[in-house]
Amino acid sequence: MLKQMEGSRAVAEAVALCRPEVICAYPISPQTHIVEALGEFVKDGSLAPCEFINVESEFAAMSVAIGSSAAGARTYTATASQGLLFMAEAVYNASGLGLPIVMTVANRAIGAPINIWNDHTDALSQRDSGWLQIFAETNQEALDLHIQGFRLAEELSLPIMVCMDGFILTHAYERVDMPTQEQVDAYLPKYEPRQVLDPAEPVSIGAMVGPEAFMEVRYLAHAKQMEALKLIPAYAAEFKSVFGRDSGGLVHTYKADDAETMVVAMGSVLGTIKDTVDEMRAAGHKIGVLGITLFRPFPIAQVRAALQGAQRVVVLEKSLAVGLGGILATNVRMALSALPIDVYTVVAGIGGRPITMRSLHGLFRRAEQDDIDAVTFLDLNRAVVDKQLDRERAKRRSGPAAEAMLRDVGVVAAKLA
Amino acid sequence: MDKPFAITLDPGSSLANKTGSWRTFRPVYLDRLPPCNAACPAGENIQGWLYHAESGDYEQAWRALTENNPLPAIMGRVCYHPCQGACNRQFVDSAVGINAVERFLGDEAIKRGWAFGKPMKRSGKRVLVVGAGPSGLSAAYHLARYGHAVEIHEAGPFAGGMMRFGIPKYRLPREVIEAEVQRILDMGVTLKLNTKVANIADAMKAGHFDAAFLAVGAHIGKRAFIPAADATRIVDAISVLRSMEGEEKPMLGRRVVVYGGGNTAIDVARTAKRMGAEEAIIVYRRTREKAPAHDSEIEEALQEGIMVKWLSTIKQADAGEITIEKMALDDKGFPQPTGEFEKLAADSVVLALGQDVDLGLLEGVPGLEVKNGVVQVGPNMMTGHAGIFAGGDMVPSERTVTVAVGHGKKAARHIDAWLAGEAYAPPPKHEVATFDKLNSWYYSEAPHQVRPVLDIIRRQSTFEEVVQGLDEGNTQFEARRCLSCGNCFECDNCYGVCPDNAVIKLGPGKRFQFNYDYCKGCGVCATECPCGAIKMVPEEN
Amino acid sequence: MSFQPVKFYQTGTFTVGNRLLPPEERSVQAQAKRYNSINSGHRACQGCGEALGARYAIDAAMEAVDGQLICANATGCLEVFSTPYPETSWQVPWIHSLFGNTAAVATGIAAALKVKKQQGEPRNIRVVAQGGDGGTTDIGFGCLSGMFERNDDVLYICYDNGGYMNTGIQRSSATPPAARTATTMAVGAEPGNVFGQGKFVPAIAMAHEIPYVATATVADLRDLEAKVRRAMEIRGARYIHILVPCPLGWGTASNETIRIARLAKETGMFPVFEAEHGEVKSVLAIRHPLPVEEYLKPQKRYAHLFGKTPQVEVIARLQELADRNIRKYGLLDGGER
Repeated sequence: MLKQMEGSRAVAEAVALCRPEVICAYPISPQTHIVEALGEFVKDGSLAPCEFINVESEFAAMSVAIGSSAAGARTYTATASQGLLFMAEAVYNASGLGLPIVMTVANRAIGAPINIWNDHTDALSQRDSGWLQIFAETNQEALDLHIQGFRLAEELSLPIMVCMDGFILTHAYERVDMPTQEQVDAYLPKYEPRQVLDPAEPVSIGAMVGPEAFMEVRYLAHAKQMEALKLIPAYAAEFKSVFGRDSGGLVHTYKADDAETMVVAMGSVLGTIKDTVDEMRAAGHKIGVLGITLFRPFPIAQVRAALQGAQRVVVLEKSLAVGLGGILATNVRMALSALPIDVYTVVAGIGGRPITMRSLHGLFRRAEQDDIDAVTFLDLNRAVVDKQLDRERAKRRSGPAAEAMLRDVGVVAAKLA
Repeated sequence: MDKPFAITLDPGSSLANKTGSWRTFRPVYLDRLPPCNAACPAGENIQGWLYHAESGDYEQAWRALTENNPLPAIMGRVCYHPCQGACNRQFVDSAVGINAVERFLGDEAIKRGWAFGKPMKRSGKRVLVVGAGPSGLSAAYHLARYGHAVEIHEAGPFAGGMMRFGIPKYRLPREVIEAEVQRILDMGVTLKLNTKVANIADAMKAGHFDAAFLAVGAHIGKRAFIPAADATRIVDAISVLRSMEGEEKPMLGRRVVVYGGGNTAIDVARTAKRMGAEEAIIVYRRTREKAPAHDSEIEEALQEGIMVKWLSTIKQADAGEITIEKMALDDKGFPQPTGEFEKLAADSVVLALGQDVDLGLLEGVPGLEVKNGVVQVGPNMMTGHAGIFAGGDMVPSERTVTVAVGHGKKAARHIDAWLAGEAYAPPPKHEVATFDKLNSWYYSEAPHQVRPVLDIIRRQSTFEEVVQGLDEGNTQFEARRCLSCGNCFECDNCYGVCPDNAVIKLGPGKRFQFNYDYCKGCGVCATECPCGAIKMVPEEN
Repeated sequence: MSFQPVKFYQTGTFTVGNRLLPPEERSVQAQAKRYNSINSGHRACQGCGEALGARYAIDAAMEAVDGQLICANATGCLEVFSTPYPETSWQVPWIHSLFGNTAAVATGIAAALKVKKQQGEPRNIRVVAQGGDGGTTDIGFGCLSGMFERNDDVLYICYDNGGYMNTGIQRSSATPPAARTATTMAVGAEPGNVFGQGKFVPAIAMAHEIPYVATATVADLRDLEAKVRRAMEIRGARYIHILVPCPLGWGTASNETIRIARLAKETGMFPVFEAEHGEVKSVLAIRHPLPVEEYLKPQKRYAHLFGKTPQVEVIARLQELADRNIRKYGLLDGGER
């Protein structure tokens, strides 16, 4: 059924259709609307039986999820940014114990400086946590990926983060096709846990494993995650047969066939990129797009296949590996090992800075000329950072950088005036 | 369940890890000798029979008791219970009233008519027991159990010996003696009353006896020289007490002075009071602390109005009056005359200065040794003449009923072995379970149950039994005050407190076993064993 | 003579078992076929109070719910010595997640069980969370408080041995004043741990007004079992704090574990009581009052108080602490509530 609704609400309704049995909630922007809606569904009885638990922290949220999942309940939670970092220890633990928890990450920057706006540094900080990570491009995809996410997680007995851009998707009102309960029930079987805490068959879960077996346990986690590369296309295909639309999968190319320049990105920015590419294609540029839906496990073969025909690759990512450059770009580079293809890292849109088509046009055109730095910061205010660097070189106690730069760009001064 | 590798484990699989290899000390169960048992002259397994009384199985308790002593109803009245003096419970609150429980069991046995088992086999040997006092009866009982034919020859008209002729009936009712003697006779023991053995060798020959046990007691009152007027009536205590058993009661007058500080002196003074004496005064040359009489008896006597002149000797007896001299203790604690005199009105003076043994029956028996008026015996209770054993008051020892009973048992064992041409070797004794071996925390507070005592007015005028028995309720309570020193009573502490589940509970009556596969040797079980029945020993390697 | 009913069983209720008691009145630990929820072969030190306390408590809980129990366990000694691959000592369904999240994990299990029950699960499966004092009073405190505040259907059991023993005896917020640990060494002007109330979580639990809070020691098995049984009769958040001496960390002989716990209670250093909805309901009275020295002296962690010049002032402050407990909880008269 087609509905016009906020992204968070759409995700909440989709999650409810998956019949979760335990939901843990702790408020953090921009995921809050999702759990608020789910809390309402549980409270008004439309989602039952289900326990909605208002926990005291994200660490507790993930821990409660670990407990309920280990006891055999389909378990859901959502978080973002600082919250994801605060639960990090439990994030690793959930995957280590093989618990198929589904968690929405409404992607948001990590402080300091504290910042509530969108980028991908939160989810990418957990890229090695053993969780599956998929990134939604649209609200429809976000909705669909949650349904697929439960299926995938429970089949593999691994947890999954469904990542959607904070505010850009979570708070955007768009038209979505909301499936029916019958459709979801037909697609998503009842949760049959691989292992469960049960007095009838007592086991000890979470043993201490020493050097003699730790490597093997971790290898198995890796091997298990790699299985997702096979399962996801199959589940996406099955999804299409039930719901009648393409959604999910590993990667998606756009106008890539003869592209000399390929732009790689994840999430909602793909829409802006595609619009830009459309205009550039119309102007005769051989440029295409690779959208990566599945970040973990990383679809190396599919990325390589999609990019190997290009002369250069521009990885536009909403994240920064401080001291290196890109996170996504590094992964892409690995997929292109030994191929004579230049890979540019473009750090863009972090902390919620708008990525405009105008900037992208400039960027892509310069890239086509190989006229960008290996690591490029899109729309960086060079004057401000240079001034600050000078200031810091001149005076040891030069004051807080963020405030000084805000003054330089005139934000503070304007308000003071 | 399809379990993840390594991180999920099957239940209880740590049994594969034998932590017993960590041990440097190992706990072992042991039985230590309870101090009550160690102190019992009759060799009773007191802790053993209290164990059954605790659970209310009085017959089993009585049977366990009579393994060693056939006279619990008597013993429960007249024994001076050295067991209670040794009882570890005195360090918690007060000693267990063992004697009271013993009496209850003895009385219960009489009331219910419990009988001893008949001997399983006959040895074909004949044993003569001379004297039907506690020692003779005890020996006869044990010898009968060994299957020997036993004949008791008693000079007097009744069985009981000094229990009858030396102990007043307000302490030991005669029907109690009758009942417990009869039970022994019911085993097939022959008792011949009024049968004085004039010569033991002749008697053995005439009766074709293979061995003899002599237990004729000490019945001859010792005399002391007291300058006396002819009119003064001076008698000995044993004669007085013995005549209480006959038709003619002794005439002692209104004012009776008893000379001596032993139990017999107390008995005779209390008897005199009951006979109607207005004054019964004990004169003793030393202090109350030094008096051989048991303090409880002195206390009861004082309650009944008996007066005592401590540190006094009788210098002279005149008609209706005696002169006593005050004594004072010297720096070594011995009484010395002070030259200070006092006169007391007295219609009679009863001498309670101890008794001698009539050794007439031993004349002409070769090998016998007599010293200080008593027969010398070896560690096996045998006299210098092979086959003739002796015990009780006629051999060197403390003269109590309980010691006598113990002699009878001990002699019987040796006689039995001797008849088989063997020597009886007593099993080695366990170390004593002293209080420091116990963990008294586990024993909850429980006051000693006091036996009711007859009203004072009736005590002064009648021969009714002074000390009454406990009822079943407080008997069981009292039995349960037992700490079971040194002997496992299956409290489950070791089983419960082991952090490694390394104690196996074998079930009621079977106690416990250590599982050395897992015992790490921490020693918590030994420390927390209430009764000291576990000790830690170093591992060999 | 006054009538005294025969109810006295040789050793009262202080021993583990008693052949004279009717079977239904005997302790869980006295049963020949007890659960042994944590089985032999675990790698706890000799005389470990925590291993003992855990078996006492979990066996009692198992008995109370007829074996229908799931345990969540914090990181710590108990976890490490019981479940090193490839062996576990647990015979109950058991999960270890992290050091600081055990209460929350248990909340999750309870939530799952509640849903399963609504879906027709016939069994009444219950949850116990357990951890040491570090995992409870320090790192796990946030999750614990959250579980209390929500009144989740979890019994949380803290085995308090007064420090981080697994990592080598460091101080926790449950370490008593003056005690030496690896991070409160017995050196300097004020050797040992700082003075102060510490973080007495039972009182904090009571401040949440949860249905049931109790303290216990491994020295009073029957009291401990009764409290676990009582706790399992109640739904909602429950907390039991059990003092479990650590021979290694406290510097006591391995055979002294129970005796030391007893002394903690008898000197008033550790109050034993139970509370419902924030109100103290009963107190385990001191049987034989003792000065704190009796408790301190056998422990090497207090050895610096008894050197050539005994630290009488420090000892006096510890005595004050004990006296305050005695007054506050009425430990001498059993509370008389």
